[in-house]
Amino acid sequence: MTAPNKAIIEIDKIDKWFGNFHVLKDVSLTVREGERIVVVGPSGSGKSTLIRCINRLEAHNQGRIVVDGIELTEDLKRIDEVRREVGMVFQQFNLFPHMTVLENCTLAPIWVRKLPQKEAEELAMSYLERVRIPEQALKHPGQLSGGQQQRVAIARALCMNPKIMLFDEPTSALDPEMIKEVLDVMVDLAEGGMTMICVTHEMGFARRVADRVIFMDEGEIIEIKSPQDFFENPEHERTKLFLSQILED
Amino acid sequence: MSETFVRIKHAPERMPPNAQIGMVRWMRENLFSSWFNAVLTILSTVLLFLTLPPLLDWAVFSAVFSGEDGAACRVDSAGACWAFVEAKFGQFLFGRYPAEERWRVLLTLFLGVAGLAPLLIPSEFPKKWFVAYLLVPFPLLAFVFLSGGLFGLATVETSDWGGLMVTLVVAVTGIAASLPLGVLLALGRQSDMPVVRILCVVFIEFWRGVPLITVLFMSSVMLPLFLPEGMSFDKLLRALIGVALFSSAYMAEVVRGGLAAVPAGQYEAAKALGLTYWQSMGRIVLPQALKTVIPGIVNNFIGLFKDTTLVLIIGLFDLLGIVQSNFTDPTWSSPQTATTGYVFAAFVFWIFCFGMSRYSVYMERRLDAGEQR
Ligand SMILES: Nc1ncnc2c1ncn2[C@@H]1O[C@H](COP(=O)(O)OP(=O)(O)O)[C@@H](O)[C@H]1O
Ligand SMILES: [Mg+2]
Repeated sequence: MTAPNKAIIEIDKIDKWFGNFHVLKDVSLTVREGERIVVVGPSGSGKSTLIRCINRLEAHNQGRIVVDGIELTEDLKRIDEVRREVGMVFQQFNLFPHMTVLENCTLAPIWVRKLPQKEAEELAMSYLERVRIPEQALKHPGQLSGGQQQRVAIARALCMNPKIMLFDEPTSALDPEMIKEVLDVMVDLAEGGMTMICVTHEMGFARRVADRVIFMDEGEIIEIKSPQDFFENPEHERTKLFLSQILED
Repeated sequence: MSETFVRIKHAPERMPPNAQIGMVRWMRENLFSSWFNAVLTILSTVLLFLTLPPLLDWAVFSAVFSGEDGAACRVDSAGACWAFVEAKFGQFLFGRYPAEERWRVLLTLFLGVAGLAPLLIPSEFPKKWFVAYLLVPFPLLAFVFLSGGLFGLATVETSDWGGLMVTLVVAVTGIAASLPLGVLLALGRQSDMPVVRILCVVFIEFWRGVPLITVLFMSSVMLPLFLPEGMSFDKLLRALIGVALFSSAYMAEVVRGGLAAVPAGQYEAAKALGLTYWQSMGRIVLPQALKTVIPGIVNNFIGLFKDTTLVLIIGLFDLLGIVQSNFTDPTWSSPQTATTGYVFAAFVFWIFCFGMSRYSVYMERRLDAGEQR
């Protein structure tokens, strides 16, 4: 950690159940402004559930989550306020197929931020340039490659000028040759100072940009370390096992 | 040891062999692709030869196209009695609506088509104005023009309305009410609020569980029993309400199918962007859901259009009712009158239903093209 910025996400002892299944067990995590966090762990360990609690796509059952000073409760107004500050990128892109790329990007600025259409379009074009696909603006998502679609999804989230970006395995659904173009955009974003939480299995990315790597297993945070420590001196048995499994291939 | 191969020259492009092109190919592929298809082709040809000539003879060559009364149709060899349709045409369209007031019906039709046409064909007009016009001013205008009693227009009782006009009034009201109501019911059915959900389920299952005939009977016989003494409701209006509620329950189920087909990721992406419930439904979920169920929606419209003939049993005369009631007219009684009348009514229904069906195909293509463009 370089600068002791103020905490922007505070997760305090949260628990969550799906029915009787205890998915998140006593999870606590504080993320500071500008911090880049990479979350790794075996499939089903609760990584997605954890980051989906941060923008309340899932509701936690116990504990407190405070995002940018707003505590997440049932209160819909606060949930909307938090969602305006938090952008999310999904594994399956989840672009809106019935709209053009540009419309995908201007939708939320126009309807949530109430920007005039022209301003929203200029904003969208600037972010499409940043993810290097301004020339696709008038196409529909179905005509783009997976990598291009995911870059549009990133631009769409950025158009809301979020303070925090959440990534849930953004490259897992991509063909190998497209992973790099998406990671490049994410690295660019990280270097720009964005607060990011990324669930990803791209260890190269973790080494390069993460301030801290979090290892989760069976709903618990097992280990939090700087990337160098994480890869070189894993302490917990489960972490070692996990690393040996993914670094094998 | 394996042999290696490297192509050094392109294989030239050539024309397909003869059996692959033209008429011969078309017939081979479409008519005689297997012995089973060949037999079907031959059988169909025979069937056409057997049925087409007598049909043409009845409808055209031996048909009676004009006459003051049914005399010409009473001849033994006479075919279709089109003169009957011609003589009664005004009645078939307007029922007993006074002849000098019929321009009001036509004007209403024009006002409706003028509002609808820009929505049906691709155009750059802002659609919301037309939708707003069709939802509020148009029904009021239609009501004033059709029933009169205001602005010096003579009152025409709904008991005098009839024919195609009643068919269209019932069908259009049912269609226009069932889509928005059906969408609301379908959304309510998947609501997080238990009260809303239960109310919607009960409503839908109630209306889906009773036959339309029962609904119409109830609306004309039972409803007045529940209303306070002296309060009366127009018979046509009651039928309209019954048909609208009935068809919205069906529509709700069709729309629900469409909602289920929208991937959860779409809802999540909309939420994550901060859109409100109504924004995500209106801009993200419903456009996709409704598109996938266009065939089902139009199917409902077509069913509803044809079901309007059931208003006959509560004493309203739709197109079929008015055609049928004219069979008893002694001036036109002939062996061919009834057949001709039914064929005419069937043909008119077919035109409308086929039109809707083709339009739905066109819509689907256009929306598909939109996504791939
Ligand atoms: N909506 C849900 N209902 C029930 N169980 C769920 C739901 N979502 C996820 N789970 C379960 O919770 C566990 C954690 O899921 P998830 O957070 O997606 O894990 P990860 O992202 O680490 O693979 C998994 O066992 C999964 O089957
Ligand atoms: Mg996951």
